[in-house]
Amino acid sequence: MSMKSKKPILLVSGLGLLMVILLVVFSFYSDSKEAETKNYLGPAGIPVSREMRAELTAPPNVPGPTGRRKAKKLIVDMEVLEQEGVMSDGVKYIYWTFGGSVPGSFIRSKIGDEVEFHLKNHPDNKLPHNIDLHAVTGPGGGATSSFVAPGHETQFSFKVLNPGLYVYHCATAPVGMHIANGMYGLILVEPEEGLPEVDKEYYIMQGDFYTKGENGERGLQPFDMKKAVDEDADYVVFNGKVGSLTGDNAITANVGETVRLYVGNGGPNLVSSFHVIGEIFDRVRVEGGDFINNNVQTTLIPAGGAAIVEFKVDVPGTFILVDHSIFRAFNKGALGMLKVQGDENKKIYSGKQEEGVYQPEGSGIQEMPVDNDLVQVNKTATSLKEKMEFGKATYMRTCFACHQAEGQGIPNAFPPLAKSDYLNADLERAIDIVLHGKTGEITVNGKKYNSVMTKQDITDEEVANVLTYIYNSWGNSKKEVTQAMVTSRRNVH
Amino acid sequence: MTPPLKIVLLLILNTCLLCSVQAQKNTMVTVKGGVYIPLYGVDSTAVKVNDFLMDIYPVSNVEFLSFVEKFPEWKRSNIKQLFADKNYLLFWKNDAALGEQALPNSPVTNVSWFAAKKYCECQGKRLPTVDEWEYAAMADQQTPDARKKKTYNQYILEWYEAPKSFNNKIGSTFKNYWGIYDLHGLVWEWTLDFNSVLISGESRKDVDKDSNLFCGSAAVGASDLMNYAAFMRYAFRGSMKANYSVRNLGFRCVKDKDILP
Repeated sequence: MSMKSKKPILLVSGLGLLMVILLVVFSFYSDSKEAETKNYLGPAGIPVSREMRAELTAPPNVPGPTGRRKAKKLIVDMEVLEQEGVMSDGVKYIYWTFGGSVPGSFIRSKIGDEVEFHLKNHPDNKLPHNIDLHAVTGPGGGATSSFVAPGHETQFSFKVLNPGLYVYHCATAPVGMHIANGMYGLILVEPEEGLPEVDKEYYIMQGDFYTKGENGERGLQPFDMKKAVDEDADYVVFNGKVGSLTGDNAITANVGETVRLYVGNGGPNLVSSFHVIGEIFDRVRVEGGDFINNNVQTTLIPAGGAAIVEFKVDVPGTFILVDHSIFRAFNKGALGMLKVQGDENKKIYSGKQEEGVYQPEGSGIQEMPVDNDLVQVNKTATSLKEKMEFGKATYMRTCFACHQAEGQGIPNAFPPLAKSDYLNADLERAIDIVLHGKTGEITVNGKKYNSVMTKQDITDEEVANVLTYIYNSWGNSKKEVTQAMVTSRRNVH
Repeated sequence: MTPPLKIVLLLILNTCLLCSVQAQKNTMVTVKGGVYIPLYGVDSTAVKVNDFLMDIYPVSNVEFLSFVEKFPEWKRSNIKQLFADKNYLLFWKNDAALGEQALPNSPVTNVSWFAAKKYCECQGKRLPTVDEWEYAAMADQQTPDARKKKTYNQYILEWYEAPKSFNNKIGSTFKNYWGIYDLHGLVWEWTLDFNSVLISGESRKDVDKDSNLFCGSAAVGASDLMNYAAFMRYAFRGSMKANYSVRNLGFRCVKDKDILP
């Protein structure tokens, strides 16, 4: 007879009383998930007991778990702030934020909660805003009810009916611009029993940014609508800026702990291939819903979507969080760090055991030969002759493609460096251009050029050498550039 | 008619009668009318704008102070709630003094539509319509309609993002083709029919609505920056109510050309 018999009472005659009790207990247990539906006629019927003020946290922090608490009337107070922030070293940006951070404050709720949402638009703000929470069942996800002018406040309420991790964002015209400026965040709806306990929880959200200047161009950079429409991002970052999760800002854990990351993607345009280098996700709640996938290397997070990833950290070290669309990580900022402390476990990861040269013809491990080129690059030039030599090497590697072998440039495209009046007129300007790049119209030897030179990612010493080489070649003014001159220009900005 | 409404009407009537034409400190220039296609529009929605005179500058704090001195019912302490919310002239020191947060030569902000409308009426002027305002504001330094210029649109969008420009002085932005300053770059400005183009709170829904903005939404293309600048103005206007007093919102007045002496 099946355990799910609808008439267990019939068993009484044939079985002992103890057996009956066990059966009844067991059937209650197996039905507990349906119990909420049966008792309350669905999540909409879950009663709320008392009021509480929602704890809101700025990334990468997450409010405490709801545990086994009952559904409540949850009061969420959120302020919209338009404020200047730092996108990257030397690059500023006007962010529009929910709660003063990008992404906005993390909201943690429980299924059945009645959320009373207060959206406050700071009086100094220029624009009206609203909020669309993907956890809301209703028109606009709340956007229709939360449109609010600067210096005003709106209130609306909703009951959370579906457990999961949801994105919220601003939906005021032009919607794309409000999102592109940072107006997104996450709201978690926990199931009745709460999520399983873990040791560490963090809040990470990816976003793409579009600035008038190219990546790294200094100063206050305005939003560039054209680039946004073309989906040509200058920055792709975690938590609103380059470096928000690196160095001292890295998230941390200890060996043996289980880490849970609430990962969202605000967009506006790009889909994230979220990956942690050197870890495998033990569990991924795919797209933030109920489906759990195990043993995942990279999980896809759509714009306007989220995922919950969990993994146990077994060995110490720094684990790099990336969008595995990998140029975004190493060139546009989508890179974070998880630093794990604790004892090594050589069985799981040995570290480097041996190093040698591989030669298909030979055999065995041989000593590393000295690479003459490498040594030269690392050596500091001591004479003008050496500077010329090193500078020429850098020139041929970095500048040659556009400015050509004899510094003649390419007519109508790239200005000449040979006998260049523009070059010889201003040494500091030349250094600045190598360091920071140059965009827009210039006149060289009477001809107009309107092109883009990107900033060159080379050391101050290399800049000094290459400029010395240029100034001492092709009929230029024979100036010698020192590393100190370059360093001082780098620090000016 | 209900008694409260009667009182309101009486009030309005009273204040009207009390108006006397004030000395015009804020000089005006002529904007030559014409036919234009609003930012949200297509060819069939071309709008005719008649010649009109417009204030060169937005109304300043000191000008508004002299107005409330003449018409004390518009002082912060006397204003009826119906005509202005709690933010009315919030950053003035008191009824009679501006204080540090409201510089004399900065544009007056935190004024309701009712107050702005009354101010203009008391000068023998009126608030501009949305069409008049947009028509005058589509000029840059050189041309009457610069909306297709990238620099013009970028300037506007950048200002929309720049915080706290309300403390800048009037006349601190560019002088446009008509000789008018500060239409972009200082503060938002009230218009007479600010709520005539309805944006619902849910702007994405407006695309399939049979409203003026239907066309605007459909017209947004890769190169069409001007629609974004316009959208933000319309979104802002759509979020307003007539008694709202907002820190980034001031006003200026206009006058019909043909009723000049």
